[in-house]
Amino acid sequence: MSIGTYILVSLIKIVVVVFVLLTAVAYTTLAERKVVGHIQNRWGPSRVGPFGIWQPLADGLKFIFKEDLTPPYVYKPIYLLAPVLSLTVALTAIAVVPIGPWVTIGNIHTPLQIADVNIGLLVVLGLTGIGVYGIALAGWSSNSKYSMLGSLRASAQMVSYEVALGLSLIGVLILSGSFSLREIVDAQSGTWLGFIPKWNFFKGQFVAFFIYIMAAYAETNRIPFDLAEAETELVAGYHTEYSSMKFAMFFMAEYANMFTVACLATVLFFGGWSGPVFGPALLRACLPVFWFLLKVLTFIFIYIWVRATLPRFRYDQLMAFGWKFLLPLAVANTMVTALVVALQ
Amino acid sequence: MHLVLFLIFGALCVGGAINLLAQKHPINSALSLIVVMGSLALLYLLLGAEFVAAVQIIVYAGAVMVLFVFVIMLLNAGAEEVLPHASRVAVMLGVPGLILGLAIGIWVISRYAGLDKISIGGPAIMNGAESFGNPASVARLLFRDFLLPFEVTSVLILIAILGAVVLARREE
Repeated sequence: MSIGTYILVSLIKIVVVVFVLLTAVAYTTLAERKVVGHIQNRWGPSRVGPFGIWQPLADGLKFIFKEDLTPPYVYKPIYLLAPVLSLTVALTAIAVVPIGPWVTIGNIHTPLQIADVNIGLLVVLGLTGIGVYGIALAGWSSNSKYSMLGSLRASAQMVSYEVALGLSLIGVLILSGSFSLREIVDAQSGTWLGFIPKWNFFKGQFVAFFIYIMAAYAETNRIPFDLAEAETELVAGYHTEYSSMKFAMFFMAEYANMFTVACLATVLFFGGWSGPVFGPALLRACLPVFWFLLKVLTFIFIYIWVRATLPRFRYDQLMAFGWKFLLPLAVANTMVTALVVALQ
Repeated sequence: MHLVLFLIFGALCVGGAINLLAQKHPINSALSLIVVMGSLALLYLLLGAEFVAAVQIIVYAGAVMVLFVFVIMLLNAGAEEVLPHASRVAVMLGVPGLILGLAIGIWVISRYAGLDKISIGGPAIMNGAESFGNPASVARLLFRDFLLPFEVTSVLILIAILGAVVLARREE
């Protein structure tokens, strides 16, 4: 297709994906409060509309109308840069995630993905690395002891678990032979015996999946690894001195990262959009996207479920777990996978 | 088109580098260095080496520079004081200007003495344009043709880590 058509189609995809992502972020906050509430044997938000459906809207309005206070003792340029950096990185990582197979609308043949680069996985890992800066700079520029400690702890935690995260994905790479996320999904299509899908989880990467999930929970600073922003520990950690929209940006960045982690887990370990496809042509076109969204929502539900169930790690336990347990386990997984593949 | 993109990203790189020298507070200089690393990665992309570009972002901008930023944060380095008798422009442009002059001199001399035809490359570099920058070809070079340098470099980095741990250990 011509360059003009390509740019137009890409722009439409970007607008749709950003809109869907931001709505998903808003409603994940509602889902979290309702699910945690039900697990704790109470209703979550239920007043603002039927089943609390308009609660995220009310939260958004609240954030907009809150007083946007910039304390006088902060280092302003970086204080203002940090939430922007966090949110930008969180929203950009979704660009390389494939949502569905190639579709043909009219005479435009395009993949359901914003950018199908052949180093897709490395792009996501690189963006996760850049995301550390948002937190490190936020804590430092706030010029307050809670922020500084919280941001140092959070950055050290994120940098440590990035290593285990990257290593756990090498098994998937060996099995798929490519860094491109679309090719990784295509390598997982098909079934054994007609009903067991050929997902990487069933091809032996279940250890890698659990390492990935635990490292990803630590990367996104969620319970049980959220010591850096827990209220009883450090007031609010690195975003203590932020109010209104700047805090909302950190908040959205956290949930967008959660969504990206869930998308990556389905793409890398659970076959992306693979699932039974049946029915008339329109249903056939929509079903892969439906399976993808179903798997992503399952992982987000598991995220929230773990949050409601587990207590948090102490900081030294957290770092010991990352370096002394997950890292050797990820290396062992790499060696075993490489051995099995080489012997075939 | 290629030239236009190169000029834009090259200007971004040089601008970041000059800003690094011009800023008074070290954290701004560190952030400018991150911009330089990022624009180098973009220049690698323009050259067709996408794996190296991604690794540049992951390793340099995402790990090494985080270390720099940590050091600046922990030591609480403040803005530098202006020396009373020195011109800031002279300090900023002096050393890079000297290095640039030397580099141009060396290039001119080597060009006219015919010394720039010596290549220090290995066996499999110029094999074909289609198998150049992707991870598979880089892996082939790294793990087959250059395996010994790769392993020796790993041991070297391990020695450096051990040295850092020994030097930073508290005396008991």
